[in-house]
Formats: sequence, C-alpha cells, structure tokens
Amino acid sequence: MNEFNELFIKYKDLITLAVYGTAIMLIIIGLYAVLLKKHLVKIVIGLSIIDAGVHLLFVAVGYIQTGTAPIFSPGYENAADKMVDPVPQALVLTAIVIGFAVTALALSLVIRLYKHHHTANIEQIKSLKW
Amino acid sequence: MALILFLIIMALILIAAAIFAVMQKDLLFAVLATGIISVVLSVFFYVLQAPDVAITEAAIGIALTTIIFIITIRNTSRNEDEYTENHINKFDK
Repeated sequence: MNEFNELFIKYKDLITLAVYGTAIMLIIIGLYAVLLKKHLVKIVIGLSIIDAGVHLLFVAVGYIQTGTAPIFSPGYENAADKMVDPVPQALVLTAIVIGFAVTALALSLVIRLYKHHHTANIEQIKSLKW
Repeated sequence: MALILFLIIMALILIAAAIFAVMQKDLLFAVLATGIISVVLSVFFYVLQAPDVAITEAAIGIALTTIIFIITIRNTSRNEDEYTENHINKFDK
C-alpha cells in the first residue's frame, strides 16, 4: 500500500490525465459514428457523444488539484485563490443547453426527411430537393 | 487513491457505454446508452468541482435528450439496418 501512496504522490495529477484520456476517447468514438454510420439517428447520437467529450475536456482544463467549487459559501469568503476556474464551467453550462437545442433541431430534420423519403438511411436518400 | 480507482472505473463505464451506443443495432437501446453516458458524465462533473454543471447535465442529458430521441425513433424506424424497397424514387418521377 505504501508503494501505491508513493505512486499517487509521484503522479499527482493522475485524475486530470485520466479525465483527458476519457474525453479524447469519447470524441474519437463520436467522430467514428458521425463519419461511418448510415442511419441518421445514429449520426445524431454521435454528435451528442462528441458534445459530451468536449464538455468533459473543458471542465478538466479548468480543474486544479486542491481546488474547491467556485461558490462563495460561509467559511469560504476569501478563498478565491483556492477555487477551480469558473470560466470553463460557465462556458460548458451554456454549451450543454445549446447542444440540446442543436440535437432537437437535427432530430426534427430527421423526422422531416423520414416523412418525405420513407427511410432514414443516408445511402437511400439520393434526391437533393425535398 | 480510492478516488482515482472510482474515477477509472467510471471512465471505463463511460467508454463502454459510448461504444455500446455506437455499435448497437436496436436504436432504442442505443439511446438508453446515451442516457447512461449522461449519468456518468454528471458524476465526473461533480468530482471535478463543478456541481452546477453536474445538475444541468443530469436534468438535460438524462430527461430531455432521451425524450426527444425516443419521439424521433417512434416517428421513424427502430431497427438500424431496415431497408425499405417500396419508396425508391417515388417522388422523383
């Protein structure tokens, strides 16, 4: 167990490294779905997975090891130097809502395409005009 | 140390759910897997000291996104490999 503790002290920002790796893996998996899948709903699922990876990456960029949440609560009045960066968190908070709106718009377009072409496979949708 | 083990297990669950969501042929299960991604992602945000983002991700990612995906699947096809013959160029003639 002592060796584990030494390893933990040696790689102190292992949390950040693990989170970076997870976020990049999510972006790669979502990119695979967007580029290679044929069904339109699968493509939108890939877009939302890319969204999740980018949000995780942004929050991990603003994280510091000994930080608390950026909220001025009682007992933390003068703790601004011990807090994590609040700017990426505010950005991600906005980006989640915008991502939901983009997903809703894309899905409504998918429903319109299916009603017109009677398929959701992009290889069978050949005509360019609706 | 326990936090790192917990995070690594959560990261494995996250990547497994993402691969399942991409590879699954039944689209309803794929959408439920994206709900699992949102759950684990909100846990990640809480561990990374962003509780407000975690609350928003939980509400929007689990409830609203899953609902609109299920509405879309209900209005389109559920199986990914479904090939419909009878429609081809029906409107192009």
